[in-house]
Amino acid sequence: MSENLKYTAEHEWLKIEGDVAIIGITAYAQDALGDLVYVELPEVGRKIAKGEDFAVVESVKTAAEVYSPVTGEIVGVNDNLSDDPELIKKSLDEGWIAKIKVDDPAQFEDLMDKASYDKFCAEQD
Amino acid sequence: MAAERDVQTMIDTAAETSSHEGARGLHYEENLLWEKERGDESGVDFPDIKGIDLRTGVPERGAIGLPQVSEPQVVRHFVRLSTWNYSIDHGFFPLGSCTMKHNPRLNEKVARFPGFAQAHPLQPVSTVQGALKLMYELQDILGELSGLPAICLAPAAGAHGELAGMMTIRRAHEAQGNTHKKIVLVPDSAHGTNPSTAAICGYTIKTIITKETGRLTVEAFKEALGDGRDVAGMMVTNPNTCGLFETDIQEISDLLHEAGGYFYCDGANFNALVGKIRPGDFGVDVMHFNLHKTFSTPHGGGGPGSGPIGVTEELRSYLPVPVIKNESGSYRIENERKESLGRLKGFHGQFGMHVRALSYILSHGADGLKQVAEDAVLSANYILSQLKDDYHVPYAGPCMHECLLTDKVQKEKGVTTLDIAKTLVEYGMHPMTVYFPLVVSGALLIEPTETEGKDSIDHFITVMKHIAEETKAGNTEPFHNFPVSTPRRRLDEVKAARHPRLRWKPE
Repeated sequence: MSENLKYTAEHEWLKIEGDVAIIGITAYAQDALGDLVYVELPEVGRKIAKGEDFAVVESVKTAAEVYSPVTGEIVGVNDNLSDDPELIKKSLDEGWIAKIKVDDPAQFEDLMDKASYDKFCAEQD
Repeated sequence: MAAERDVQTMIDTAAETSSHEGARGLHYEENLLWEKERGDESGVDFPDIKGIDLRTGVPERGAIGLPQVSEPQVVRHFVRLSTWNYSIDHGFFPLGSCTMKHNPRLNEKVARFPGFAQAHPLQPVSTVQGALKLMYELQDILGELSGLPAICLAPAAGAHGELAGMMTIRRAHEAQGNTHKKIVLVPDSAHGTNPSTAAICGYTIKTIITKETGRLTVEAFKEALGDGRDVAGMMVTNPNTCGLFETDIQEISDLLHEAGGYFYCDGANFNALVGKIRPGDFGVDVMHFNLHKTFSTPHGGGGPGSGPIGVTEELRSYLPVPVIKNESGSYRIENERKESLGRLKGFHGQFGMHVRALSYILSHGADGLKQVAEDAVLSANYILSQLKDDYHVPYAGPCMHECLLTDKVQKEKGVTTLDIAKTLVEYGMHPMTVYFPLVVSGALLIEPTETEGKDSIDHFITVMKHIAEETKAGNTEPFHNFPVSTPRRRLDEVKAARHPRLRWKPE
């Protein structure tokens, strides 16, 4: 499974299933945000461009936008987060934010794998 | 999870206690006035008239939902509530970037002079010449201190001043036909009000990256500027929110001006510069003053803010109204000007704050104001020098009027910025600014101000060192639970954010 996981410099993880990416935020981002109080989810069917923000994660410290690392269309959102934002921290299966169907799967090639993401995080502190 | 349950139990216990009238020692729990009423008490002895309002002759209205309580109940209610408050008059309040300093009582005395306190904004100007002269003199002095000669006192607070300032810039661009200029450059360490102000004015925000150095660099600025064709201006706080002076600001403002942009300076930290240097001299075109920070007028619940703006001679005609004019010793209010962006506030601004600010300025004098800046910088550097070996310092000092630390070292043992802040409450102090600026993780932004004596600063340092030493030794448990001696212990912030009780309703 891990070979299908990709990461971004904005601290998102992507689980790739064909041309669909399931997106959430990484442990690093969760830790930086602290206790979560609210997640604003996008509408299903919305087209988004790479670099555009599509969700907002709000914690007791701050509110952070979640940026899309790919261009495509929102094909699913995790409605459970509306009632329980802290689910984001549980697991990939419970804590995902949105599913994005990408226009071109070649976009995934630019993303980081686990080793390079871990290295990136280590450099952040 | 165990810790979470403990916090919950504490809140439940506290909530249960607060539903009873009662006291711990001399500390009173206090119900709402609505919960106190028995239905038969009144603070006023009204004549017994039924049915008709004698004055207007119309039928009287029914109950309007005010609690029926006596005057002593009302007085005790508010006095008891006031004892739950914390203010600069209680103790140390090192809230970074907020400049919580002592409000000299001389200012209060002057503000209570009947000619100032009882003047009505609609009085004929011939009867309020003294008040207008005061405003004119404040305009004049703010112009002198900032190097920005044209002043409008009207904006009601800092963020309102920012809005007035950015609207002045927009007005100038419109008048010059520069409507294509749609981008405003803002560093990543800026106060949140900067980008939001620019956005409200219809501008697109482009971020200048400062994260690596904590300061603006010419290189990072050039990258954000690009060819500069569409850049309307830049909003910069100097010293910035990391407590650092922007050393390259002269070169950056020259580059911005060459590209036809205006330099907006957020004056929130002007208390570090006042009397020493003038923002107009390092290229600022527009800035706001926080009279309630730099010039000590009460704030943080103690009074309204006040955010006058100053602009260059070139931008004078676009300033909002009203502006006070002096026509050979006779003062008038300029309420209209063709090029002006117009009026942003009723009447003339926070006049009571104008009185206090001028009182502060004149009682300090030029040498005193200079010392204000010097002592503010000295206090912050003293703290930095004492704590630099105990806490992570993200950007090397010396700093200006505030110093920035982080929880990086303590976090390894599980003690976070939030724990440190809550521990300060346990030790009788207001916390510093936490988790801001956003460019560092776990920020602790400390501004002692010049009005704090060495004893109280040393007490703060002692507590901060104690936290660091105990954390290092692994005795971290108490820090997760503090405060425990306060009327309410550590609150459940998630619950407060997700399920706030904003309004009382009958059971």
